[in-house]
Amino acid sequence: MRTRIVGHCIGGIAAIGIAASIVYGCASAPAENDVSERAEAMMKSSFKAHGQATLARLDQDETQRVCSEYAGRALPPAVAERIEKANLETIRYPADGNLVGDWKSGEKIAQSGQGFQYSDDPKKAAGANCYACHQLSPKELSYGTIGPSLYRFGKTRGYTDETRRYAWQKIYNAEAFAACSNMPRFGYHHILTEQQIRDVVALLVDPASPVNQ
Amino acid sequence: MRTMIRLAVAAGAAAAFAASIGAALGESTADEIAKYREALQDGNPAELWEARGEQMWKVPRGPNKVSFERCDLGLGPGVVKGAYAQLPRYFPDAKRVMDLETRLVWCMVQQQGMSEADALKNTFGNGSAKRSDLEALAAYVASQSQGIRMNVALDEPHVHDMYRLGEKMFYYRGGTHDFACATCHGDDGKRIRLQDLPNLTKVEGAQKAYTTWPAYRVSQGELRTFQWRLNDCFRQQRFPELAFGSDASIALTAYLAGRANGAAYAGPAIKR
Ligand code: HEC
Ligand code: HEC
Repeated sequence: MRTRIVGHCIGGIAAIGIAASIVYGCASAPAENDVSERAEAMMKSSFKAHGQATLARLDQDETQRVCSEYAGRALPPAVAERIEKANLETIRYPADGNLVGDWKSGEKIAQSGQGFQYSDDPKKAAGANCYACHQLSPKELSYGTIGPSLYRFGKTRGYTDETRRYAWQKIYNAEAFAACSNMPRFGYHHILTEQQIRDVVALLVDPASPVNQ
Repeated sequence: MRTMIRLAVAAGAAAAFAASIGAALGESTADEIAKYREALQDGNPAELWEARGEQMWKVPRGPNKVSFERCDLGLGPGVVKGAYAQLPRYFPDAKRVMDLETRLVWCMVQQQGMSEADALKNTFGNGSAKRSDLEALAAYVASQSQGIRMNVALDEPHVHDMYRLGEKMFYYRGGTHDFACATCHGDDGKRIRLQDLPNLTKVEGAQKAYTTWPAYRVSQGELRTFQWRLNDCFRQQRFPELAFGSDASIALTAYLAGRANGAAYAGPAIKR
């Protein structure tokens, strides 16, 4: 029985593959929904709260939910647009309008991977671990490649208001520009404070920052 | 005896290496490991865990004084050869799909008469001070599948269901960082800092990763099982703690083991 439903579902994908108006594609077929719901229930009964990492971490917001559904498949443009718009609306800006802080402090934040794991001390300031995924300062050779190189980010894009604003927005909520990005939403999830975001923006856009040498 | 001495030396070297590896920034971890492997000349400290596990397998244990030779890993009581290559599987006596570690706990409780709390006391070792029986037993059993092709019964309905649930979990994004397994293991040729990330969405990636666990972790001087691997990735994922032997842990294991089908089991390996 199950196999027949699955077979039907796979046929469904092939049939609607180009119909961009079908928002959820196969994922909305009853069999798939059932698997999603059971997977979620299974997870809730399989994890234990540990320190700051409570079971609430398993609750998805709308963006996480939709991105999980499309996992491994291309997002239809209409869905991507909807996610990006909703995430753009979450972005908050400093009351004083100042988006750029101290790149030296930004470098420390970009280096630190501490924060939000149950093994981390919640009293210590969290880092952003930008180097886990990006090349930034050429002096740091231990960088990851999940994201693109940000070396010479400011120099290449120009030291303009537009560049500074984009850096703020991207760090605050990466999915405002790239639906289902692999980059964490540092402002939206309150991983970084306003001042920390300013400092990381400085690392990217300050002409004196090692990133721009 | 010679092997044991060589391995004891190897374990000492491993500790020294573990201390130096953190300092070796800039040099690729892969290079470091290659050097280390050369120094060991094919020896793997995992053999110490395998030997300890083999002994434990044979001696009567628990209040019932029963050895694991009564424990059925799917191929009949006491049969270890090839058992790991077919796990996880559905066990009618437990009415549950189980991976190796969960099945070992089941045998300790149901046959040896241990309390579940006792059986689960040291799931993961913690240096020499706190050794884990489960990790040693898993190392031994897994070693007895070397060279045997992974053959998880995906056509068995319970296993198939767990596989599909595991697949969902693999892509499940959540938490403060929006991470899913797929965030770090969904593309070819990526790395975090200098650590290479296998692309587990591809069959070759899943095969290479799955068939090398359990593994001796040089940076920890410990042998680690697949349960540990999942547990530690969820920690990095900023999720709560994955309970040992939970359904979610078995579903994910079924997914990755099932995708590894066809590849020869090559563990316990040696890792960073
Ligand atoms: C877990 C991985 C990950 C982490 C951590 C991460 N990023 Fe990213 N980042 C990505 C990925 C993937 C992309 C490309 C997709 C996209 O644009 O969202 C990206 C894109 C970007 C871009 C856009 C580049 C462009 O040319 O438009 C900027 C800027 C950026 N990241 C800055 C940062 C900064 C600063 C940090 C730390 C505060 C950071 N990232 C942390 C994964 C990450
Ligand atoms: C934030 C990043 C991150 C996330 C999320 C993550 N992993 Fe990992 N994973 C890693 C890193 C880094 C390594 C390699 C560690 C090392 O080299 O010691 C790894 C290693 C592994 C390995 C072993 C590969 C090998 O060849 O030894 C497996 C299997 C694995 N992860 C599975 C998963 C699964 C399943 C999930 C989801 C539950 C997951 N990972 C989530 C970062 C991550």
